[in-house]
Amino acid sequence: MTLLPFFEWCEATSIGQTVRDSLWLFPVIEATHLVAFAVLGGTVLLVDLRALGLVLRSQSPADLARDARPWQRASVALALATGTLLFLSEPIKLYYSDPFWVKVVCLALVIPFHFALRPRLHAGRLAAFVSLALWGGVAWGGRWIGFSG
Amino acid sequence: MSLLPFFQWLASTPWSVSLHESLWVYPLVESTHVWSLALFFGFTALLDLRLVGLSMRRVPVSEVVHRLLPWMIAGFSLMVVTGLLLLYAIPVRTYQSVFFRLKLVLIALAGVNAFVFHTGVFRRASEWDRDPIPPKAARRADAFSLALWVSVVFAGRMIAYNWFDCDRQPQPSIVNWAAGCVVEPE
Repeated sequence: MTLLPFFEWCEATSIGQTVRDSLWLFPVIEATHLVAFAVLGGTVLLVDLRALGLVLRSQSPADLARDARPWQRASVALALATGTLLFLSEPIKLYYSDPFWVKVVCLALVIPFHFALRPRLHAGRLAAFVSLALWGGVAWGGRWIGFSG
Repeated sequence: MSLLPFFQWLASTPWSVSLHESLWVYPLVESTHVWSLALFFGFTALLDLRLVGLSMRRVPVSEVVHRLLPWMIAGFSLMVVTGLLLLYAIPVRTYQSVFFRLKLVLIALAGVNAFVFHTGVFRRASEWDRDPIPPKAARRADAFSLALWVSVVFAGRMIAYNWFDCDRQPQPSIVNWAAGCVVEPE
């Protein structure tokens, strides 16, 4: 079984065509995606570096994680929405892109980990390493999609 | 007077060429640039939450600022260093990019905004330090800051696109003026 027919169907959707045919839509959506990444990446770095004891030691890790959560929810939602639009504009290229699959696998792991599992864990340091590795994989994959076009 | 000859000279230096052509270093510098942006943004977002009174209400604003500031400066410095390297890798095209120029203007405005905040309402912070919701001037500075930095990201991302590049003529004269293009008279 292969997912290629699904990707071909995505390529043919009218949303994908609209984004692809427009001069401005892709760049504007991509820049929005980048702003969402910046907020998400920044708050993830903060919370994880705090859990590792590297920054803001006077603030409790749990408080910081709680303060960062609304930003993370909003920025993940924005990143997923804009990411879907970007994906629909070039699914077949992405199907053959290794960094894209790295990003998808990391995302599939990190979203349940971050929002469901981690708040119930007390293993601060290990969870911070896992989080940094997975979110780092998402960001790395995303950035490298652009370089391997 | 134009800075163009300076950037042309930069483009001819061997390190600029190697950086531009390197398979790994350029993407790494670029990725570091984006990550340092994220670091800076994460701290801005948290500070923002405190300034609009949504989190850390019991922590005095000045304490939040003093704790976050060194990290914001670190993120900002890394952003400037990697940004200068990116400029050094592609000097002439970047110098003549309308988006790059717009980005510099926006960064300058963000700097003015931060300066006004620190010399103005923040100087009287002892009067409102423990207020759950800070005064209007502080919240306004905060909103400006967020809007400006989001615009900086947009302008920065757009540098990658070549719609207004000098080697794509004809362009409207305002574009050529803003980009500093040297166009042969027809």
